[in-house]
Amino acid sequence: MPGRSRARRSLYWHYMVEPFLYLSPGIFLIGTVMMIPLIIGISYSFQSIELLNPFNTGWVGFENYQKLWSDRKFWLALENTFWWTFWSISFQFLLGLGLAMLLNTRFFGKKLFQALVFLPWAVPTFLSALTWAWLFNPVIGPLPHWMAALGILSEPYNIMGDPELAMWGPIVANIWFGVPFFAITLLAALQSIPGELYEAAEIDGASPWQTFTKITLPFLAPMIAITVMLRTIWIANFADLIYVMTGGGPANSTQIVSSYIFTTAFRKLDFGYASAIAVALLGILLVYAVILLWLRKKLVKI
Amino acid sequence: MATAQSRPLLTIGKYAALLGYLSFALFPLYWLLKIAITPDQLIFSEGTQLWPSSLTLDNFRTVLFQTDFLAYFGNSLYVSLGTAAATTLIAAGAGYAFSRFDFGGKRIIIAAMLITQMFPLLMIIAPIYKIVASLGMLNSLTSLIVVYTAFNIPFATFLMQSFFDGIPKDLEEAAMMDGCSRFQALRKVIFPLTLPGLGATLGFVFTAAWSELLFALMLISKNEAMTFPVGLLTFVSKFSVDWGQMMAAGVLALIPSCLFFIFIQRYLVQGLTSGAVKG
Repeated sequence: MPGRSRARRSLYWHYMVEPFLYLSPGIFLIGTVMMIPLIIGISYSFQSIELLNPFNTGWVGFENYQKLWSDRKFWLALENTFWWTFWSISFQFLLGLGLAMLLNTRFFGKKLFQALVFLPWAVPTFLSALTWAWLFNPVIGPLPHWMAALGILSEPYNIMGDPELAMWGPIVANIWFGVPFFAITLLAALQSIPGELYEAAEIDGASPWQTFTKITLPFLAPMIAITVMLRTIWIANFADLIYVMTGGGPANSTQIVSSYIFTTAFRKLDFGYASAIAVALLGILLVYAVILLWLRKKLVKI
Repeated sequence: MATAQSRPLLTIGKYAALLGYLSFALFPLYWLLKIAITPDQLIFSEGTQLWPSSLTLDNFRTVLFQTDFLAYFGNSLYVSLGTAAATTLIAAGAGYAFSRFDFGGKRIIIAAMLITQMFPLLMIIAPIYKIVASLGMLNSLTSLIVVYTAFNIPFATFLMQSFFDGIPKDLEEAAMMDGCSRFQALRKVIFPLTLPGLGATLGFVFTAAWSELLFALMLISKNEAMTFPVGLLTFVSKFSVDWGQMMAAGVLALIPSCLFFIFIQRYLVQGLTSGAVKG
């Protein structure tokens, strides 16, 4: 009998107490720094909180959301967010996959190559934004001149001053910065594919393309789904590059929702409206995540 | 053997691709360095040349000795090291719990951590500003460390968990059979084996904290408390920009994060692989 109760106590210890000894600092910090502010943020979206206008404070119901619904800037920013995210993630993923597959083969100087080619990931965002802004500058930067020489541009003009093209400045910087992330995660997934599968395929006379579509892609699929989802959300929220490179201009043509949140909170100090935009963005991203997780469940049966 | 015949072409293609990736990755960094060592009067006239006709280290000298750069640099170093150490310690505990225990509420906690990766961090910038302001902690580097640590814990936890998953459970069970407590087993057996994992997490968080801009802009406004991205950005807007000095400061700021990263990137791949193998 005492043996059994001791066993039960140790079970209780093992299930209810001990893990939380290791977990509690993390849970505490995430709770106080992220979860509670998140709830406060949602409540802000139903209030009027303007630091520049302290007397106009109080609960306003859905007023911020009504304002949002008729805010042309918001809808433009939403459309921009879509293109910014779509082109960034597509190029990052395709180039990252190519790089990961190259790094999964053998060649001379691979260790050095890997360290150098992953470097952009370590460059502070602010600095890559400044560098790329410089590279795209028509007066002092090389890219417009070279593109004009190659016939891509009719003359070396300022791409980031052209509302039609301005978004490509931050997108190129974002691709440059984000390829290593995909390469790292996909390389890790590639290295965990058992080598025997490739040997068997070679013996059976499979072409490289068949090997790629029949072995590599199916094995990578779960990793691809999860990284693409997390990165999409991350990029949609990623305002630093745009804030530094274009500040949302010219004429809001590069304003994405998250940079709009930041300018509303930081420049206008209108916390209520900024929170309403943020809640709207959160809702959209949640819908996206649910759809993608559902698709993954349908497509990948593991 | 069709593949054997096409091999030379394939090889050439492969090395061309490698070269392409390498130049894409390094070109902007090269340009940053180039501007930093170009004398001021040549920056405009030789903007598109690959190599300036004369070199100078004046920009570095000015930045180091006549601006606040060193103070910004020190602040950033303090914040990033503090964040990296705190996050790694806390995430190692949480990752260990996820890897070794099955407990009530585990799924809920993991789900909550995933959610923190999904919502726009900018969403909490206003509440955090108000909370920090009401605590009287604006312009304090400690508040930055606390905020960054919380932001980085979820990803660092998943990373650490995958490292722990790669270490066989039998090892610490054997040690516990031999009379060690779990904590002793953790310290003597598991800790040495996770050193690469700890290194990877440390480096990852360091680079993330080193480059964070928007929260620092919001929470820090005093010159002496500015981290380097904030300091440099206000530098841009306040004065007519001296690009050479700016880029020299950039090159200097690049050094710690790049060193860290070159050191850890191998372990990062390794860590993700060992987790993936276990499924």
